[in-house]
Parts: sequence; C-alpha cells; structure tokens
Amino acid sequence: MAEFADTTPGKRSQGLPALADKPLAVRGMTVSYGQKPAVFSLDMTVEDGSMTAIIGPNGAGKSTTLKAVLGIVPRLSGMVSVYGAPLAKARHRIAYVPQRASVDWDFPTRVIDVVLMGMARELGLLGLVRERHRERAFHCLDRVGMKDFAERQIGQLSGGQQQRVFLARALAQGADLYLLDEPFAGVDAATERAIIDVLKSLKDEGRTVVAVHHDLSTVRDYFDRVMMINVRKVAEGRVSEAFNEANLQQAYGGRLAANLMDQLQLGGH
Amino acid sequence: MLIEALTLQLGYNATLVAIGAGLLGIAAGAAGTFLFLRKRALVSDAISHATLPGIGLAFIVMVALGGDGRNLAGLMLGAALTAGAGLLAMHWLTRRTRLAEDAAIGAVLSVFFGFGVVLLTVIQSLSKGRQAGLEEFLLGATAGMLYADAVLIAVAGAVAVLAIWLLRRPMTLVAFDPGFAASIGMNVPRVDLTMMGLVMAVTIIGLKVVGLVLIVALLIIPPVTARFWSNHSGHVLWIAGALGGLAGFVGAAISASAPSLPTGPLIVLTAFALFTVSLLFAPGRGILVVWLRHRRHQRRIHLRQGLLALAQELPIYERYTLRLLVRAGLARPDGVPTQAGRARAAKACRDEARWAIARRIHSHEAAVSRYDGLMPIEQVLTLDEIHEIDRQIDAGGGGCA
Repeated sequence: MAEFADTTPGKRSQGLPALADKPLAVRGMTVSYGQKPAVFSLDMTVEDGSMTAIIGPNGAGKSTTLKAVLGIVPRLSGMVSVYGAPLAKARHRIAYVPQRASVDWDFPTRVIDVVLMGMARELGLLGLVRERHRERAFHCLDRVGMKDFAERQIGQLSGGQQQRVFLARALAQGADLYLLDEPFAGVDAATERAIIDVLKSLKDEGRTVVAVHHDLSTVRDYFDRVMMINVRKVAEGRVSEAFNEANLQQAYGGRLAANLMDQLQLGGH
Repeated sequence: MLIEALTLQLGYNATLVAIGAGLLGIAAGAAGTFLFLRKRALVSDAISHATLPGIGLAFIVMVALGGDGRNLAGLMLGAALTAGAGLLAMHWLTRRTRLAEDAAIGAVLSVFFGFGVVLLTVIQSLSKGRQAGLEEFLLGATAGMLYADAVLIAVAGAVAVLAIWLLRRPMTLVAFDPGFAASIGMNVPRVDLTMMGLVMAVTIIGLKVVGLVLIVALLIIPPVTARFWSNHSGHVLWIAGALGGLAGFVGAAISASAPSLPTGPLIVLTAFALFTVSLLFAPGRGILVVWLRHRRHQRRIHLRQGLLALAQELPIYERYTLRLLVRAGLARPDGVPTQAGRARAAKACRDEARWAIARRIHSHEAAVSRYDGLMPIEQVLTLDEIHEIDRQIDAGGGGCA
C-alpha cells in the first residue's frame, strides 16, 4: 500500500545511534491536545526482551504515549527510534493492539478476517489471501485459544474473546515489538490468563512487550520493567526497584488508598 | 408498459436511461458501502449540495466563452470543482478546528447550496425567459439524455467501481479500525479523502439522472439494505452494488413507462422498497425473523424453566409456562408431571449439571459460549466428552436437586 505510506515524523532523524539496539527509544516527546500537554518531554527506553508496564492514573497520557510513538497522534516534539531506525523504516517490526472499545464490534466481518488484517502490509493492495495466510491466521487464533471461533461474526464474541482476537491479529503481524493498550481491561479471568501466557511466550521467544496497564496488583507478577507516568515521567526501571511507594505516590498523587499500598507489599515498608 | 420498459423494449432513449441508471446505481451502492461502514453517511449530503455552485459557475463560464452552457461534461467538471472544495473544507474543519463533523457538514452543505441557488437565480434573470434548465440537476431529468451523456455516465461509473474494488482493502481496514490502520503506516486521512473522492465522483455522475438532492439516498440505502443480508463486509459491498443497480434500472424503467414520471424520485422509491422488504424479511437481521426468534426463544426458556421446576418439585407460577407444559403433554393442568414430563425433567436436570461441569473445563470454552441454557448437550459435545463429564458428576455425588 505504498500510495498510503505515511510521511509523518521520523524522516529528519536518522534514529538515535547510541540506542541502536533498543527496541524502542523515545527522547523529549511532547503531545498536546489543544493547549494542554497530554505527555510532556517524555524519555523512555525499552530494553530488548523485556516486558514493560506503563502505569499511571487516568488521563496521565499512557495511551497517548503509545499512539504518539506509532504516529497515530502527532508529536509536537521529540524523537522516536525503533531498533535504531526511524519509525517509518521500522513499522513492520511493531505490532499494536488498540483498546478493545475503540472499534465497533457490530462491523460486518468475521474473526478470521480481523486476524488477516494483521497481514495487510505483506498482502499489499491486491495480494491474494492464500492458504498459507489462512493457516497462519488459524495458528495465531490457536495461540490465544480462539481457533474454534474463526468463522464467527465478531459481534457474537464476549469482551474477553474480542481482546484475544485483537491479540491474534497482532501475532499475525509477526513483529518483534508488541505495544498493547490496556489488554487486560474488562476481560474475564480465563482471558487474562490466556493473554499473559501468550505475552510471556513472546518474551521467551526474545520479543519485547510494552503494555499500558491499570491493575497495580498484577504488575509484579506480569512484568519485569515498569514505566510510571503522569504527563511527565515519574519513574522507569526494573519492577523490583522502581515499583515502590514513593514513586506510586508521586505518580498517583494522594489518590492511592493506604490499604492498597499494604496489599501491594511494596519495598521500603 | 412497465414490462416493456423492464425488458428494454420501450425505445432507444428509455433503454439508454435505464442502463445508465443501473450502472450509476451499482457505482453508488458500492461507493456508499464504505461511507456507511465508516459511519460518514451524511458527508455525501454535503458533497452533493456543494455541486450546485459549480454547475452555475460552469454554465456562466461556458456561455461567456460563447459555447453551449448545457454541455454535460463541462457542467460535471464545474460540479467536481466546487464539490471538491466543499469536501476539502469539511475535511479541514473536522481535522483542524474543534468543530464536530456534523457541524462541519451542516456548514458546508448550507453555504455551498445557498451560493448555488444565488447563482442559479442570477443565471435565470440574465437569460431572460430562455430557460437555462439548470434546476433539473436538483432532482434529475432524463428526458433529454443524449447518447454521449449515457456513455459518459457508463464509463465514469465503471471507472469508479474499478477504483472501489482496487481500494476495498485499505478502505475496509480504515473503516473498522483506523487506529490500527495508522499503526501499520497507512495514511488514514488520505484513505478517507480517497473514499470521499469516490463518493464525489459518483455524485457528479449521478447529477443528470438522480439529481443532487436525492443522490444521497442512492448512496446510503443500498449498503444499509445489504447489511441486512450479510455479516461480511466484502459481501455487503457486492450486494449493495447489485441492489443499487437494480434500483436504478427498475426505477428508470418505471419512470419511462408513463409520461412525466420523474426518474430520480422513482429510483429512490425503488431502493426504499428493497430496503423495506429487507428490513421486514431478511434472514438473520430482519424484523420478522428477529421477532419469531424471540418468540421461539421465550417458549424454550419457559419450557426449560418449567421442566427444571418439575424436576425439583417446585410450584410453577407462570401460567404461560404451565400452558406450554400441558400443551406438550409434559404436565397436567394442576402442575403434576406426566410420565413423559418426568423423563424430560430428569434429562433437563442432568444437562444443567453437565453444563456446569463443562463451564469449568477450559477446553470446552467454544462449546460453552454457544450454549444458550437450552440446547441438548449432545448437539455440542461428543459422547466421550459427556461420559467424562458424567463421571465427574457421579464422583462429586452431584446431579440436580
């Protein structure tokens, strides 16, 4: 689909050479909606083979960060480099899972067709969907436990199943870096289990996962790195070090209840 | 007369008009599908009204240059210019200002249309009694259609359909999930503009036949109708094209079958008739089927609840439930189960317990999601799986009640 190739930022920069091996490096990124910065001067470095949670209160710019990295919303300033290359040259190495609620699930399409959308780049404008593409799509559905649903209309799925179809579409992209926007929001326990298993298997394959996450109680179990933001970056690092009470208080202000702090059994207590 | 019109035996001009309208309908239904899927149906209304000033300006320019002011190709070119300007204005208003799309549509539609009406009035007063006849572009007029006009409509319509077919994949992706489309590097605004450009092309092609006021109906009714018949976007596209073509052809034929029946409105009414039939009778989403399905579902629910009540020797409160049980020979009017009722109740009870186990076993997830609380378990799981579940029930000393 070369006609529709983007011409958004990244052309000027030749990436950030010093960080050439990092799956994702962001420097000084600012995004504003109107006159109000949603994300301000954000630096972020995602380590290869890591699982990173982006956490922060509502309106902290978590989703916006992912969208700006991908060029879905425009950046006012800042640089993004993906595996040392500007975004436009490295898009094929990124898979993106948007929020489930961002699409209309009554859209006339079947589960298998949604997964095949993950291959839109390689199929191009006119490429035929061949048997090997279908097999790969089935395989991706199998990985998220949705193989039996391939021919269903997407409107018949539960919320958790919709989320898994989105993950299967991302798997079909065959990427090295996976960016997920609230993959566990409003899903059932079986789905949460299935999704985290898939994400951990991606990590085991040496791929990199970044997820906007809202459930503080599972950060320790699911992720090895954490990025705390509230418009500005609050902390970034290993979960064992950066996920502590001082940082959480700073990110969430006084909005975290004391008993939750106890439940999280944070270091420093 | 109508039969002759439909079988193209009503003379050269009527045949020309019917074929032209049919081709226009195919292009309109196909282009409209993506507007509908992208939830931008009303954009086409603004685009079509924005053609009017272009028609007036083109007429003035052509007359000023000493040519024929009513040359169709020239008028279409003028229409394309102002419609394109309207489209860009709308695009800019929605993307660059805080105006919502509906406000942008309203602004562009009324301003361009108002300007067009002023131009037409001026033209009429200048031509002093000699009718310019431009107002026929409001509602379409096919009486004076020339062979060259028909060829122009046919060729442009075919090009539009081809372009839609080539671009169907990016347009579908953007309609379903624009965020994801942008993430893989698609230029979403450009895809949207291309889609609306195609709609604009169809609008301009349809000016002569349907007119600018009613073209929106031919763009939107066919895909809305097609949606009743399919859950697959690719099929919706082709069904919408076919329905649009059918409406165009039949509507034009009807209008040719009697003097002074207007073509555009009849095409729209034909499309509406197809819509009404689909709304009522389409399988899956039609009103009648949905209603029947609901009734059947209600019956099955009551029957099932009644059987479970019988199995647990609970009283049946709802009269409808009891009536169903009695009618099926499962209970006596006083609520005491018959022999057959006892057997069915025990089976219903057993199935409930089986499903409870199946829900806990992860590998049965697909089956469980299809389970509606009613269907016999044998239809979903294999005998081996049921035996395994029964073993668990017996081991747990469970069962029902």
